[in-house]
Amino acid sequence: MQDLVRIENMSFSRGERPIYHNISLSIPQGKTTAIMGPSGIGKTTLLKLIGGQLRPQEGDILYKNESIPKMKRGRLFEVRQQMSMLFQSGALFTDMTVFENVAFPLREHTKLSESLIRAVVLMKLQSVGLRGAAQMMPSELSGGMARRAALARAIALDPELIMYDEPFAGQDPISMGVIVKLIKELNDAMNLTSVVVTHDVAEVMSIADYVYILADKRVIGEGTPEQIRDHDSELVQQFLCGQADGPVPFHYPAKSLEQDFLGSR
Amino acid sequence: MEWFAGIGRHSLGKLAAIGRALFVLTGALVAKPSLKHVPLTIKQIYVVGVQSLAIIIVSGAFIGMVLALQAYTVLVDYGAEESLGPMVALSLLRELGPVVTALLFAGRAGSALTAEIGLMKATEQLTSLEMMAVDPLRRIIAPRLWAGIISMPLLALIFSAIGILGGQAVGVDWLGVDAGSYWSVMQAAVDFDDDVMNGVIKSVVFAFVVTWIAVFKGYDSIPTSEGISQATTQTVVYASLAVLGLDFILTALMFGTH
Ligand SMILES: Nc1ncnc2c1ncn2[C@@H]1O[C@H](COP(=O)(O)OP(=O)(O)OP(=O)(O)O)[C@@H](O)[C@H]1O
Ligand SMILES: [Mg+2]
Repeated sequence: MQDLVRIENMSFSRGERPIYHNISLSIPQGKTTAIMGPSGIGKTTLLKLIGGQLRPQEGDILYKNESIPKMKRGRLFEVRQQMSMLFQSGALFTDMTVFENVAFPLREHTKLSESLIRAVVLMKLQSVGLRGAAQMMPSELSGGMARRAALARAIALDPELIMYDEPFAGQDPISMGVIVKLIKELNDAMNLTSVVVTHDVAEVMSIADYVYILADKRVIGEGTPEQIRDHDSELVQQFLCGQADGPVPFHYPAKSLEQDFLGSR
Repeated sequence: MEWFAGIGRHSLGKLAAIGRALFVLTGALVAKPSLKHVPLTIKQIYVVGVQSLAIIIVSGAFIGMVLALQAYTVLVDYGAEESLGPMVALSLLRELGPVVTALLFAGRAGSALTAEIGLMKATEQLTSLEMMAVDPLRRIIAPRLWAGIISMPLLALIFSAIGILGGQAVGVDWLGVDAGSYWSVMQAAVDFDDDVMNGVIKSVVFAFVVTWIAVFKGYDSIPTSEGISQATTQTVVYASLAVLGLDFILTALMFGTH
């Protein structure tokens, strides 16, 4: 199986502060790859590195075997037409309606007729449950709605690679389920490659084909969801359970007790 | 030693900022213009130009009136009231029209441009444009730059025209200068190339500089509330100083050798 994105021995720091040290990971084509890790560890940064927004100090990031950091601006823009990113903040254009926001990438990069654009936009909005909000301005949306509108915009062009930064944040259980299903469907039906950055362990474990857990400037655990669940690294277990059960300091002892039971058997 | 290092760092920072400003400018202007961006530019002309009309008209009227009042009190002592027309018209066309328009524009539209672009940056709209393979320099900066360059000279002409009418209201209707001499002496004294065109040239230069500073300060701002408020202030301060400084240089070049 081919890798759509491959990160090789990459190091990146913000000023003096190292974020990644000699990290390598790959994102297989046509699969859903989840990236998890504590807050502030550099997950958003990783997506920006893949998108060519930031350049690593060392190592390489390959998209279809072409080095992203070495691309000229023009080529980078060409490649970005095949990618799309759901921003953590949504980043809707505040001077346009939801409809226009979703139509924006279509208008910029395709020559579709107005009626086709309308059809596509309404379809995308329907899939995130916001067709009724098409004529609202972003300032009139709730946080969760804004994120879903941004999601509709991110999938408007059916790109080859979609990077979702916290797609589930601020969603109620129903829209959460809808988004999970949507990501899964996009992936299966259109053979898209998805990268999902999230803290919602349960949701992402249900759709991911492969999971990376980042901490301490490197990958501390990787594998299929099953492998991750049974991962023997304490760090990985702490992360998974801390997320599921609440504050780590409170539950960590409880978990180790459980492991003690298992271990004593 | 510390002190020298400080100066060095500071100048390097300034040089880097100038470099970034030039990058923004070339990115916005050198790129091949796209037909798609014409409606965007028209919209921006509405925002920065048409919406500045009110303040330009009101200020123009008052400046013209004050100018006529002041000029009259001096001229009447020499029995030269009929020179009121050219006095008002030349002051407005050569100096006050372009300069005051540019200062008002910096405060009214320049600060708004900086804040708007800064907020777009802070809310990641610019980044998301880039990720959508749309160059924000061309999509966001260029239309605003062009809108400023197109609207400000027009605003300056409107300012001067309204000012001349304001001068008439005070000079002719109130103080009793003969209407015929106000207008005919003015017509005889004002030269199209020397006065009107030079004023327009000044105005184009100011428009370019003010809008450039405004969009660059927004684009280069630190994406926080504090950073944006700082950038907005800097736009008004730098743009005003640049206008006044350039005005002296341009005036010396245009009229200094007469
Ligand atoms: N523009 C910036 N300048 C300097 N440092 C930054 C900048 N953006 C992020 N950082 C730093 O880089 C680190 C990684 O940030 P990033 O946004 O990638 O974290 P994250 O893993 O996405 O966190 P979260 O899960 O909370 O979204 C953070 O510790 C942050 O302090
Ligand atoms: Mg993040």
